Amino acid sequence: MTKTASPQSGSGGDVRLRRISKTYGSFTAVHPLDLTVPAGSFFALLGASGCGKTTTLRMIAGLEDPSTGTVELSGEDVTALPPYKRHVNTVFQNYALFPHLDIFENVAFGLRRRGIKSVKKQVEEMLDLVQLGPMARRRPQQLSGGQQQRVAVARALINHPQVLLLDEPLGALDLKLRRQMQLELKRIQTEVGITFVHVTHDQEEAMTMADTVAVMNGGRVEQLGAPADLYENPATTFVANFLGTSNLIEAEVTGVDGDDLLLRAADRALRVPARRCPHAARTGDKLLAGVRPEKMALAHPDDAVPEAHNRLSGRIKDAAFIGVSTQYLLDVPGVGELAVYEQNIARDGRLVPGADVVAHWNGAHTFGLDAAQDISAGADVDEEAA
Amino acid sequence: MTTHETTDAAPCARTVRRPGRLRRHLVTIAGLCTLAYLVLPNVIVLVFSFNKPNGRFNYQWQRFSTDAWTDPCGVADLCGSLGLSLRIAVWATLGATALGTMIAFALARYRFRARSTVNTLIFLPMAMPEVVMAASLATLFLNMGIQFGFWTILIAHIMFCLSFVVTAVKARVMSMDPRLEQAAQDLYATPVQTFLRVTLPIAAPGIAAGALLSFALSFDDFIITNFNAGSTVTFPMFVWGSAQRGTPVQINVIGTAMFLIAVVCVVVGQLAGARRKRS
Amino acid sequence: MSTVTEAPAPAPEDAPPEVRTPPLRKRLVPYWLLLPGIAWLLVFFAAPLVYQASTSLQTGSLEDGFRVTWHLATYWDALVQYWPQFVRSVLYAATATGLCLLLGYPLAYLIAFKAGRWRHLVMILVIAPFFTSFLIRTLAWKTILADGGPVVGALNALHVLDVTSWLGLTDGHRVLATPLAVVCGLTYNFLPFMVLPLYTSLERIDPRLHEAAGDLYARPATTFRRVTFPLSMPGVVAGTLLTFIPATGDYINAELLGSTDQKMIGNVIQSQFLRVLDYPTAAALSFLLMAAILAMVTFYIRKSGTEDLV
Repeated sequence: MTKTASPQSGSGGDVRLRRISKTYGSFTAVHPLDLTVPAGSFFALLGASGCGKTTTLRMIAGLEDPSTGTVELSGEDVTALPPYKRHVNTVFQNYALFPHLDIFENVAFGLRRRGIKSVKKQVEEMLDLVQLGPMARRRPQQLSGGQQQRVAVARALINHPQVLLLDEPLGALDLKLRRQMQLELKRIQTEVGITFVHVTHDQEEAMTMADTVAVMNGGRVEQLGAPADLYENPATTFVANFLGTSNLIEAEVTGVDGDDLLLRAADRALRVPARRCPHAARTGDKLLAGVRPEKMALAHPDDAVPEAHNRLSGRIKDAAFIGVSTQYLLDVPGVGELAVYEQNIARDGRLVPGADVVAHWNGAHTFGLDAAQDISAGADVDEEAA
Repeated sequence: MTTHETTDAAPCARTVRRPGRLRRHLVTIAGLCTLAYLVLPNVIVLVFSFNKPNGRFNYQWQRFSTDAWTDPCGVADLCGSLGLSLRIAVWATLGATALGTMIAFALARYRFRARSTVNTLIFLPMAMPEVVMAASLATLFLNMGIQFGFWTILIAHIMFCLSFVVTAVKARVMSMDPRLEQAAQDLYATPVQTFLRVTLPIAAPGIAAGALLSFALSFDDFIITNFNAGSTVTFPMFVWGSAQRGTPVQINVIGTAMFLIAVVCVVVGQLAGARRKRS
Repeated sequence: MSTVTEAPAPAPEDAPPEVRTPPLRKRLVPYWLLLPGIAWLLVFFAAPLVYQASTSLQTGSLEDGFRVTWHLATYWDALVQYWPQFVRSVLYAATATGLCLLLGYPLAYLIAFKAGRWRHLVMILVIAPFFTSFLIRTLAWKTILADGGPVVGALNALHVLDVTSWLGLTDGHRVLATPLAVVCGLTYNFLPFMVLPLYTSLERIDPRLHEAAGDLYARPATTFRRVTFPLSMPGVVAGTLLTFIPATGDYINAELLGSTDQKMIGNVIQSQFLRVLDYPTAAALSFLLMAAILAMVTFYIRKSGTEDLV
């Protein structure tokens, strides 16, 4: 069988999506989208169920025909090619291992379809790579979830695809195994150098593994960047709430002081670096001031707080001890509820539910968001329903 | 206070007591009785295959004999009709399985406009008394001037087996993960290879069940065959005729043999399946 | 490793993207798959029914040929002449269906929940009799119910036959050639059609539901009434339909185990068609039977609230 590009071991291809979209009747699963995945990178599409991330992945694989736009692999337009002529392979959700074939034949499937006669050595090597050598003659049903997952990866990788697509590959595993497989996949990716496109609803998984994360919502990419950039500088309320937890405070711009914007929220003055705000923010504009809970600290009203810090006073509503930290829920009049995570270094016995406290943080840790958005977007997304 | 306690305790004690042995196994006993009711005629058929009746009818036990077993074709036309029935059953099974599997795949795998009409058309033959289908098909053949015989029987058998095949295969294909076929395509299998290497092997148990059912239905059919056979005699028609003229012991031999062959086939199949699962 | 990525660009206003539709060849695949089988059913199942309808409106004789004369009187005459057979068919079939449910339910329950490692064996015993021609098995009932046989002897000794005679189910001291024999044969013949769907729906019930019901203070009988039976309703409906419909049109049992007084509508259609050669009457009777069954089945499905089953 002729392939579009000669498979080369150890080299990934880049993926270029141009104005690609997918509509089902009147429903738009993916809005016209431009995206480039650089060769050799580990790219994650992150989003809640129904955000269009799996549809995007399936369009790259050729399992879904895009309604508009083109897919390019290594600079070649493959939009019209059926899946079996594209040099990409997929690790399916729930693995889709062939139940009527044993592990060996599952892994050899792709090689045999490409007309390769002597597959024994390759398959055995691949099974050894995923540590399943002794399982070769078992059937998929006889393997544990983690083993099935490794077979699915081996079955795809043995073809040395330009791009490996992973559709929620760890969704069916329990937490501990998932952590282990995350590291395992990352190791394999570094070793083989193939481009990985990974679809997941688990933000922690995306951030652990990927070089670049695209956060999708409602068929659109909300923001794209390195995990740390997304976390520190979310561009939308959805990203701020979906990636970790954010405290978002409605505020009004009152002026400029050097590199900082001055804000007012619940009769309190706050500072936020102007470069971390939407460009056009001017005096009198509404703005959402955001800060991550772990960047905040709590102080008793009697204690000193660093002068330059932003501060808000409130009352502790709830405190949950979770080992490394204690998570406080504060009720701040005029602002609402705030979450504050305190490292358990020296626990202050006065910080108990009902106590009045001052929450404070370095103004440089604040980010500003356009106030015209839904403040709770992405906050209550059901993570398991992917 | 104490009186209250005793009145409260009494019903408690009653509910705690285990029901009697008989009552606990009531369902099992009833089920086994039904099973006996189902199997009893087969036992009779078996026993009477060793009978040596006095008259033409094999309804009363006379004395033990293995004559019929040593000479199963000893009655005129019996083995001929059996061969015809087997031949028709094989062809009807092949035809109905091929056509039915195609319909089942269309219904399970594609969305199209006439879907509900097709579903109704598949359902109706199963919900129709055989005698109605038999009479109407025979009317058609009669008016078209088609000669009754092997071909009219085969056409009728494929017709009524079709729906059962569709039902059996459709259930299997519907429960199959569509991602398996996508995975095959993703792994460089062309549509034809995908069908032959993945879809067909996984759908095979459903197709086999449909084929087995077709064979049994076709081989055992009397009502529809009786209307559409003309002077051709299948095995059930031979039995029907013999009920009027006199029942030879050989029909018991053949009935018993079919029963035993079926049991052996199923048991061997089960054992093979169990062994494959274990290994 | 470079991570140069482009941010999603805003949609250009001037270039409305071209929308692709799948090629015609691909969209026609299901129709090609359907074509041969559906054509077969249309020609050899649906068309004959239409043909049958026109035949029922014809008059004439075998010698002069038949012509469509819209002679609706055929229907009326058939109904007047054969209404006892109609009523008898429905009564026998309904009784047999009730008995099948009564007998079949414990067996299906046994296979689904109690048989354990014997499950496959019991299953085989339910299905395997199919392979002995049902005519041979029905003839075996002639032996079982024979006048001088042990079954009739026992029933006589227990005075059961006196009771059934009084009820009009048997006649004197014999069982053969009575309604009881015909109903017994019908029940026997269609029992597997009741047991298999019942088993399928019972098997799907999670045994933990029984434990949950017990945990919530339901006694075994209550558990059955409130949990098991309602969940097995699809099986009950499917089983009763699969039993009742063929039993109504059956004529084998009435012919082999009954006498002329137990003739059912199937016997009439068969003899009109194959012996009397009165095709219009046979066609009209077929249609009446079909209409009656369709009406009853529709009513039943509505009542039992399982329309999605069909």
